[in-house]
Order: sequence, then structure tokens, then C-alpha cells
Amino acid sequence: MKPAVRTGSYYMTGDVACAEGAIAAGCLFFGAYPITPATEVAEHMAERLPDVGGTFIQMEDEIAAIASILGAAWTGVKSMTATSGPGFSLMMENLGLGVCTETPCVIINVQRTGPSTGLPTQTGQGDMMQARWGSHGDYELIALAPSSPQDCFYHTILAFNLSEKYRVPVLVMADEIVGHMSEKVVIPDAKEIKLESRPKPKGRKDRFKLYEPGPNGVAPMPSIGEGYNVHVTGLTHDERGYPAMDTEEQENMLARIKGKIRNNLDDIIHTEEYMMDDADIVIVSYGISTRTGLTAVDEARKLGYKVGLFRLITVWPFPEQKIHEIASRVKGLITIEINLGQVHYEVERCAHGQAETHLVGSAGGKIIHPDKVVSLIKEVFQP
Amino acid sequence: MTTSTQTVASQKEIIVTGFGGQGIILAGKIIGMAASLGDNKESTLTQAYGPESRGGACNAQVIISDRPIHYPYVQKPHILLALSQAGYDKFAGLLEKESILLTDQDLVPNVNVTCAHYEIAATRMAEKIGHKMMANIIMIGFFTAITGGISKKAAEDTVLNSVPKGTEEKNLKAFNQGYDYGISTLKGKEKRAAGKTGAIA
Repeated sequence: MKPAVRTGSYYMTGDVACAEGAIAAGCLFFGAYPITPATEVAEHMAERLPDVGGTFIQMEDEIAAIASILGAAWTGVKSMTATSGPGFSLMMENLGLGVCTETPCVIINVQRTGPSTGLPTQTGQGDMMQARWGSHGDYELIALAPSSPQDCFYHTILAFNLSEKYRVPVLVMADEIVGHMSEKVVIPDAKEIKLESRPKPKGRKDRFKLYEPGPNGVAPMPSIGEGYNVHVTGLTHDERGYPAMDTEEQENMLARIKGKIRNNLDDIIHTEEYMMDDADIVIVSYGISTRTGLTAVDEARKLGYKVGLFRLITVWPFPEQKIHEIASRVKGLITIEINLGQVHYEVERCAHGQAETHLVGSAGGKIIHPDKVVSLIKEVFQP
Repeated sequence: MTTSTQTVASQKEIIVTGFGGQGIILAGKIIGMAASLGDNKESTLTQAYGPESRGGACNAQVIISDRPIHYPYVQKPHILLALSQAGYDKFAGLLEKESILLTDQDLVPNVNVTCAHYEIAATRMAEKIGHKMMANIIMIGFFTAITGGISKKAAEDTVLNSVPKGTEEKNLKAFNQGYDYGISTLKGKEKRAAGKTGAIA
């Protein structure tokens, strides 16, 4: 066995950094189907998992891939899959199963341009709303957006920690550029990486209820075979996990599934700010588009505009309050994303008419150039 | 309207271009890695991905900086390394007066630029060593000597760590041939600039 944490400095792609982050987080099961531009995550997991006594399976398709990681999670291991748009679409039904059964797992989506097969080798951020609402029914989950290989390492660890703590599938919404670009990735000492594990049940096994919430709203989770009564179903279920075909249990279940996220937003939502202190124009962005935004801030400041950047590391749940608060004190909000308006409409919703909202988007295929943002600023705002 | 972005003095933007199969991506990776891990600077490598990296016109873009790199693509190349005419033709228009162009003289016969231009018969030299595919490593040596974009030690260490096992020594030799040729090219240029040309120079 080799160490899970490969402490040191590396020149690494985002895809490989996601895989190293997963191994460092204690992931021991990876089931996936290869797809550009996420294949390198699978390749690296295949190489690394045997080092740490883990299991790699190339499944027959993405439906099976996500099913395999849900099953693995119930045996007590941390599990992950990685895919891109078409595979992400195939995963949607079982993503809902993961949410409904409160199964911790991590799904990496290295986004490319869609719809459908789209531009397989080129970047996009068009799956953001699918990440939020792609499976049927009403629910909450968590989605993060890395903007560099170093982020890929840390955000994959964060994804595992949040998924374990809140028993929910967590999505890492990378993209082709972040996945394939190489930058320095510093992997710290193992002891500097804080890891979370799912809450485990204590007490009498005969009185155990599979979905009885603990103090933070999250139910302790046994592994199959530990002696607890484990009944895992996608049907609406009561606290014991048994199917309960009535609206009262539906309300209870949804209150738990949504509540454990909605009541812990401060812990779940991670953001970053750049030049925000005196800013009266704020760029809101995430993932690779953050880097367009940062350069746009620098350029617009040279022209005398007070521009700052608010970066969403956690995109879902959306930082509603924070956007609302920023909107109350600035002239305008500009969302940059490689789609023609997804997160932009969330920003608009949360701004609630307090500030102008603008979109710098694109149909996909490549990164958005900072000039496009600066042009908009010059067109719409006074310095 | 232009807002020529971030040509920060401490930032060098480099494009390596050629055919897929010439080791263009590896050359970009070695330059980026040497800057990042050897010279301890920030560096970002983005690369052509898809069919072009396997035969067509292919390129790797490297940014080296003293501070965090925001926009990750090259906007104005300070340095262009061209190992094919098609690659040169694609990017030559981006070169500015202060840019530096490095070419394989046999593979890029038609050059018309106002910026500094240095050429080397990298592929022919590689063939003489017996390994045509080491032209990229010779080019890195040439690049290191001419531009100082990365330190010689970082370049050598990274070459040694990046090439297939058993070929380290040959690759190091290739690197040094390119490097030495670069140094003598620079010396020749200095002498010419000082008017010392001809047999006694």
C-alpha cells in the first residue's frame, strides 16, 4: 500500500488533481464510464486506487456508474464517479435516488458544450441548471465549481466532506479547460487535511431508525452488514426507511432532505471575493469564468471603474442572501458564464431589482475573453 | 476598441506550435513545469486538445508569471516557438515588435516579421543524434538560451524527469546542443552588432 496523500508540489491537470483530491479524501470506490473530457479522472483513479486498497470499475454506461457508487456508499466506503454532459444526463435518475436515499457520494462533471453530443473536446458551463434541477422532484443538493487544478484538489476533498457530513450527493462542476490545463498543485501533509466521515449510529440496534435525524438534521448512517436494519428505497419512506405512501411522510421526508441543507447554509456555502471593498460594480462568476472575471476586474480598474468579483465556490445551494446584500449596495452585477444565461437568472432573482443585472455569456466552446466584459462595463456604466 | 489585457512586465506568454506528433505539447509542458516547479514561479499550460493534437496544427500555450495567473490563455505572445510553417502562419499575426520568434529553419522557410527572430535546424540536429523526435528538446534548449524564460537548471531537471526512462542522457545531450547553439547565436549577434564580422570576429 502507498500513501493516500502524495505530499509535494506537482505540475498537474485539473482532472488528475480531482483524482488525487478524491484519494486524499479517502475515496475507495470509483465506478465510471470514460467520456471526454473527464476520461483522465478515470485513468488516474484506475492507476491510484490499487495503491490504497480501493476498487476501480469501468461500468457499462453512466447509469450503471452512478448506481455502482450509490451501492458502494452503503457498504461504508467513500465513492465517486466522473463524467461529462451526455453521461451526466444519463445519471440524472439515479442522482435523485442518491438524494432520496441520502447517500453520500461525489460526482465530477467536467463540462463540455451541449446540448446532446455538442462539442466533445471544448469547454462549456451549460450543465449548471441541470446540476440543480436535472433529476425529477423537489430536492436540495450541493454543487461546487473549481477554477484551477489546485481548486480541483481541494474542492474534491470539500465535496467528500460535505457529502459525508450531510449525506447528500455532491457535484464538482469543473469544465474542459480546468480539467485539461496544467498548473502547480501543492498537496499538503496528510495531517493538514481535515476529513469528515458520515455520522454513525450508536445505541440499540433494535430501536434504530435509518432516517431519524441527528442534531444537525442529518440521520446517522450505518453500513449494510453492521447489524442495523437497513432498507434503502427511492419510494417515499418513513424514518425507518420503509415505503410510506402518504402525503404526511412525503412532507416529513422532503423537510429532512431540504432542511439539512437549508439549515446549514453557512457551513455549506463557500465564496471568495476580489477587490470588493470599494466596488460598485460586481462580477459574479464561478469555475473557469472566474478567471475571465479577475482579468476583467484588473482591466476595468485601470480605466477607473470600481469593479470587484464575487466568486461562487458553492454554486448550489445558491448564496441568495449574500447576492441580495451585495445588490443592495452596488450599481450593477455582471454574471460571466459559458452558457446563455443560467446562474445569471439566479443573480437577477436575488438582486430583486436593487441593482442592474447583466450577463456576459456565450454559446460555448471556449473561454469568454475579458474584453467582452470590459466592453459591457464601458457601454453601461460610468467610471 | 481594445483593452489589451494584462501585459504585465512580470508575465511571459509563450506559444509552442507545430504538427501533432512533434512533441509540441510535451515541450509546452516541460517549459511550464520547469517554470513552476524548478523556478518556483506561477505557470499555466493550456493545450490544443482533440484531433489537431494528433496530426494537425497543434499548439501549447504557456504563461509564466511572478503573480497568480488569471486569464489562462495567451493574448499577446512574447515568445513564439514554431516548428511548422502552418503553426507559424497561424500565430505570426499576434507577434509584436518586442516579441521573440524562434523557428526550426528547415520547417519554417517563409518568415516575415519585424520582431527578433532566431532560427535553428532543430530537426536536422535531432536526426544527427539519431532521434528525430528530440527536435522539441533541442528547441527547448535553444529557447532557454535565447530567452531566459526558464533557468537552465530547471530546464535540465525537467527534461530528465519528463522523458521516457533510458533516454535521459540522449535527451540531455539534445537539450545542450540546442542551448549551446542558442548561446553562440547570441554571441554572434552581439559581435555583428559591434561591427566585428568576418574571419577575425
